[in-house]
Amino acid sequence: MEYAIEMLNITKDFPGIRANDNITLQLKKGEIHALLGENGAGKSTLMSILFGLYQPDQGEIKINGKAVKISDPNDANRYAIGMVHQHFKLVHNFTVLENIILGVEETSKGLLKKDKARNKLLELSKQYHLNVDPDALISDITVGMQQRVEILKMLYRENEVLIFDEPTAVLTPQEIEELMHIMKNLIKEGKSIIFITHKLNEIKAVADRCTVLRKGKYIDTVNVKDVTTEQMSEMMVGRKVNFVVEKGEQHLKDVILNVEGLTVKPKHAHKELVHDVSFNVKGGEIVCIAGIDGNGQSELVYALSGMMPIHQGKITLNNKEVTHMGIRERSLAGMAHIPEDRHKHGLILDYTLAQNLILKNYFDQKHQHLGFIKFDVMNDDAKRLIEKFDIRSGQQEKSIVRGMSGGNQQKAIIAREIDSNSDLLIAVQPTRGLDVGAIEYIHKQLVEQRNAGKAVLLVSLELDEVMNVSDRILVMYEGEIVADLDPAVTTEQELGLYMAGSKRGAGYEK
Amino acid sequence: MKNKEALNSFISSIFAICLGLLFGLIIIFIANPNQAVRAFSILLQGGFYRGIKSLGLVLYNSTPIMMTGLSVAFAFKCGLFNIGTPGQFIVGAFTAVFISLKCTFIPNSMLWIVAVLGAGIAGAIWAVIPGILKAFKNVNVVISCIMMNYIGMLAVIELVKSTIYNAAGAESYSVPLEKALPRLGLDKLFNGASVNIGFFIAVGLCILAYIILNKTTFGFELKACGYNPDASRYAGMSEKKCIILSMAISGFFAGVGGALTYLAGTGKTLAIVETLAPEGFNGIPVALLGFSNPLGVVASSLFISYINVGGNYMQSCNIAVEIIDIIIASIIYFSSFALVIKQIMNKRRSRKLVGGKE
Repeated sequence: MEYAIEMLNITKDFPGIRANDNITLQLKKGEIHALLGENGAGKSTLMSILFGLYQPDQGEIKINGKAVKISDPNDANRYAIGMVHQHFKLVHNFTVLENIILGVEETSKGLLKKDKARNKLLELSKQYHLNVDPDALISDITVGMQQRVEILKMLYRENEVLIFDEPTAVLTPQEIEELMHIMKNLIKEGKSIIFITHKLNEIKAVADRCTVLRKGKYIDTVNVKDVTTEQMSEMMVGRKVNFVVEKGEQHLKDVILNVEGLTVKPKHAHKELVHDVSFNVKGGEIVCIAGIDGNGQSELVYALSGMMPIHQGKITLNNKEVTHMGIRERSLAGMAHIPEDRHKHGLILDYTLAQNLILKNYFDQKHQHLGFIKFDVMNDDAKRLIEKFDIRSGQQEKSIVRGMSGGNQQKAIIAREIDSNSDLLIAVQPTRGLDVGAIEYIHKQLVEQRNAGKAVLLVSLELDEVMNVSDRILVMYEGEIVADLDPAVTTEQELGLYMAGSKRGAGYEK
Repeated sequence: MKNKEALNSFISSIFAICLGLLFGLIIIFIANPNQAVRAFSILLQGGFYRGIKSLGLVLYNSTPIMMTGLSVAFAFKCGLFNIGTPGQFIVGAFTAVFISLKCTFIPNSMLWIVAVLGAGIAGAIWAVIPGILKAFKNVNVVISCIMMNYIGMLAVIELVKSTIYNAAGAESYSVPLEKALPRLGLDKLFNGASVNIGFFIAVGLCILAYIILNKTTFGFELKACGYNPDASRYAGMSEKKCIILSMAISGFFAGVGGALTYLAGTGKTLAIVETLAPEGFNGIPVALLGFSNPLGVVASSLFISYINVGGNYMQSCNIAVEIIDIIIASIIYFSSFALVIKQIMNKRRSRKLVGGKE
């Protein structure tokens, strides 16, 4: 059996932590090999070693059976290893072609020669069915398209081994499907792929084999065909993971959030981003807004939370109209909000964990006296929440949030919002980019809120999440709600039809 | 963590200063190789060269740049680059001088307080205009501040000409000693240097700014807006309020700086020249060297003033005033690299952490 890459018995120590402990990864030629592990399991370290960013303390790397030493990324390039990073490395005001030739551009007398490059690009694009316009500006094309540019960049450099670092985190369901298709095409053309992810159904869909890491240790390499997703997740997390969210019986209470005829049309938008939306959320239920990204869910939430002005409509919270209230007034009136973008909105990354935990209540009587912040109260509060929500960080409440892992940053936001004890909790994609363990935890928190009689409005793009967590599903399509569904009697396929706009539910006909 | 961070800032500032001094030494060697060593030692002795009087001069000279430095640093904390300090400074200075000379109905013992407050308010108004433009119309603060600088300078020239003009010297009248800032006997203590209460007001305001920024809910909001305006908005803070108030406070400090400079009773007058007040721009290196920390501003303004005083004494070594200015400027310039040095230090440290076992 010939291997494209073998990383044998790799061990790497950092002060105080063994990031990789005797890890072996063997990539066969022409296979998609998934690398599975929770955040912090050592996947990135392993790939950094393959890229020459770190040197292993023990172990060796073989390429095509020959032992090699990779001392920097240029070496990796020489061995035809390329990587699509999770956050694309593209110049936004350059065209696709310019981005692809960047660094390997051909010149004649100091002038760029693009014709040959363009032909090669068009050829590659045809060969692998990657439809990109070489002259489009990166800033004008979709995220999925940008990813294809990254893939083309590797192909243009004639890389044989392609590493995809959590490529689906930023994609819509359709784009994910397309990516899977592209990956299969690449394999057909003889490339080999390492696919880093923690989404099990994606592994199931495309990967041939899967290597599982946990806390820096090598767990196993399995044939994906032979295992179930449950088994894989157990290997990854080290215990049984509950995919089915245990919700308990539902005790519906009064309406907490009521929205009537809400329309959002920003000044510069061509059309209404949210059109005449009406719904309510009662205490004791989780209502999920499902839909493909960009169908007005974000704007709906911005309008509800007061971050975007509304055009028309009425929002009431606990029978009190909040339509014209500011963000803080709404939050004081009982609206908690776990935002979609935790770095942009949810946290002040340069503040400490304790400071972030009081971000929404630093001004109340408990936390300040005559305008002076009570730092001892702030720290005690933080300690309590860190304990209760198991937020892990280097220096507890004094940690700068920027240095914390994504999962723990998200836990910090959830701790802050749940601790505010609001009647309504709006959670927008609360599990995005998190691993199975953290997702399970967050779902449990949402359900606890529901069982405590609070209203939960969940916005999610993940079908699994929509089906498992919610008590009621509202589907949004092009700014409108097109269906009100009961997850118990709805299949994912059906849901997909509503999301794609090819079906409208009872009472929502045009 | 915080202490380590502070220590890092301190070490990198010191390191930057040493680099600057070394560079200064090179220029001195080029300017006058024969007396270079002597000149350099005079520069280093700076505030101690003529004993206690020089030290007094250091305190006196540090006051204006401490205030403008504080002004720049405070706005920095809210993510705003207040480059309008020259305008705010000179508008404050004019207001102070005007009140001193014209408001004769106020008793002399109270007059300086009114003048300083008036100057602060004038500076605040001058700064709040760019603040309002930024908050409501998203106009770049740097551009509107620069325009306000010129408007301020030219308006002051016109106002001086029409109100407190001393035709004999083509300048404003100076503030007489009895209306100036109280000296509290400091001039005697410092052997004739014009130290007055202004220095202590400046230090006091720096401490006040430190407390506002680090201990109050208002400071919490200001810094939050500076770090991440989107998240601050999400948390229900008013970004507009933060921008406007931090510019107003920043301008207040610069305006007070103008008052403390022109009310010192040293015969300083508002000249009819079309140049922006250098004290204003000098606040920028002071703020940078002090890492935008109000307490750091106290230290960095003292240092810059110390070098200035020493530099002036270098004239005794036959070094032209212009060359001395270049030397001082390059020392300050290099000192502003403190931030770069700190970054290099942090990078080295993290590399050490990562590569610890290699």
